[in-house]
Amino acid sequence: MSAPLLEVAGLHAWYGESHVLHGVDLHVDEGEMICILGRNGMGKTTTLRTIMGILRKRQGAIRFAGRDMMSVPLHRTARAGLGFVPEERGIFATLSVEENLLLPPKVAEGGMSVEEIYALFPNLKERRNSQGTKLSGGEQQMLAMARILRTGARCLLLDEPTEGLAPVIINAIGEVLRKLKARGMTVVLVEQNFRFASKVADRFYLMDHGRMAAEFPVAELEAQMDMLHRELGV
Amino acid sequence: MIFGVPVQALMGQLLVGLINGSFYALLSLGLAVIFGLLRVINFAHGAQYMLGAFVALLLLTVGGVNYWFALILAPLFVGLFGAIVERTMLSRLYKLDHLYGLLFTFGLALAIEGTFRYFFGASGKPYAAPAQLTGAVNLGFMFLPIYRGWVVIASLIVCFAVWFMIEKTRLGAYLRAATENPVLVQSFGINVPLLLTLTYALGAGLAAFAGVLAAPVYQVSPLMGTNLIIIVFAVVVVGGMGSILGAIVTGYMLGVVEGLTKVFYPEASNIVIFVIMAIVLILRPAGLFGKDA
Repeated sequence: MSAPLLEVAGLHAWYGESHVLHGVDLHVDEGEMICILGRNGMGKTTTLRTIMGILRKRQGAIRFAGRDMMSVPLHRTARAGLGFVPEERGIFATLSVEENLLLPPKVAEGGMSVEEIYALFPNLKERRNSQGTKLSGGEQQMLAMARILRTGARCLLLDEPTEGLAPVIINAIGEVLRKLKARGMTVVLVEQNFRFASKVADRFYLMDHGRMAAEFPVAELEAQMDMLHRELGV
Repeated sequence: MIFGVPVQALMGQLLVGLINGSFYALLSLGLAVIFGLLRVINFAHGAQYMLGAFVALLLLTVGGVNYWFALILAPLFVGLFGAIVERTMLSRLYKLDHLYGLLFTFGLALAIEGTFRYFFGASGKPYAAPAQLTGAVNLGFMFLPIYRGWVVIASLIVCFAVWFMIEKTRLGAYLRAATENPVLVQSFGINVPLLLTLTYALGAGLAAFAGVLAAPVYQVSPLMGTNLIIIVFAVVVVGGMGSILGAIVTGYMLGVVEGLTKVFYPEASNIVIFVIMAIVLILRPAGLFGKDA
């Protein structure tokens, strides 16, 4: 069995004095799509930000593609092949849609070309000269994902892509994720909406108070429903 | 006669205003670029302007390097100096309150100006305009000293080039994006700390370019930047902190307004820019071109 593409062990992280991750363990195989579930404030977003290296006050181990990432500075993390799509999407207001799309430098071969991206997201092509933040919420989410897809990143850290979006847009994002999976993209998805996640993810983690409380494959999702309803309060 | 003022006097002051405006525009542009990305109010800007003029003077008197080379070399030297200052000192202050950056650059300005006063004295030293740009042309309604025309044209070209670089190129897109969200830009794999260093160097280099342009117009003296920089801060406030286009347009505009005030109500010419600043701050606190945060 080959080593996982991304492996996190005993990860602790702090916001200032506040200890927020208490020993996170997770692993993702190449081409796999995992989903981290959990209530607000349990450390899901923090886990992604710490893996990416945005949160620097951290201890433990992060290995990506066989490489120790703990000492890698933030601006080299992307070069290793990790791409981050933040919850707030991070579309730049002073850049046009196309400038936003072309902003992240290519880190490896095998990323999508601009033509492929415009074929996947026709709205973006239509509005490529608009100001980035003039797009609708769904379009901004598409743009935030699209700009990472162009870079050739091997693993996408995706923070709540469906938050605040209409069902028809959520379906479209699900469609995009399935296409990415078909291309062999590895994805770490953070979601509150596990109905959406159940259609795309291979495996689930449940996060509670800064550590992983449970782990199960999608096949066991039905069996875990009672527990999930209890834990997520839905 | 226009409004009881001789055309020649009016045109003369308009030209003086345009020239002052050229320096305001170049200097406030550098301040705006630095403030936009580094969130540092660069009080050393006047000292960097003075350094540019002095480097040109020393290049000429010690090295025999002429004006045209100085116009390129002085901004490079001062830009390099700025890069070293940013890397070794200023960058350590980003995590602290913005006030520390302001205090540091203010102290740096005092130290640089004090050092130059110690070695060169406070009196101004003349710097001759290059032979190609001496003399004047008759425009019919007035005589235009060629060097002064050159100052306006050169500053317009450089302001346009910087605006183009920031608004229309890939590097400029990095800069604009990093101004909005430096952490996310860095997570894309862009070396934001390097971008900060280059930006500070660019701002310092622009100030030095203005300093070389100014050397033949004003005299070269250690304190030449201190008087100017106060006005330039007012220009930046009127234009809107961090607005590139705002800094350029407001620079020229306020230079001209100041010049016209000298014609119509000379007593107010020293304070007109500050009066405008006060009015703008009351009516549009974010500045004429600033976006409300």
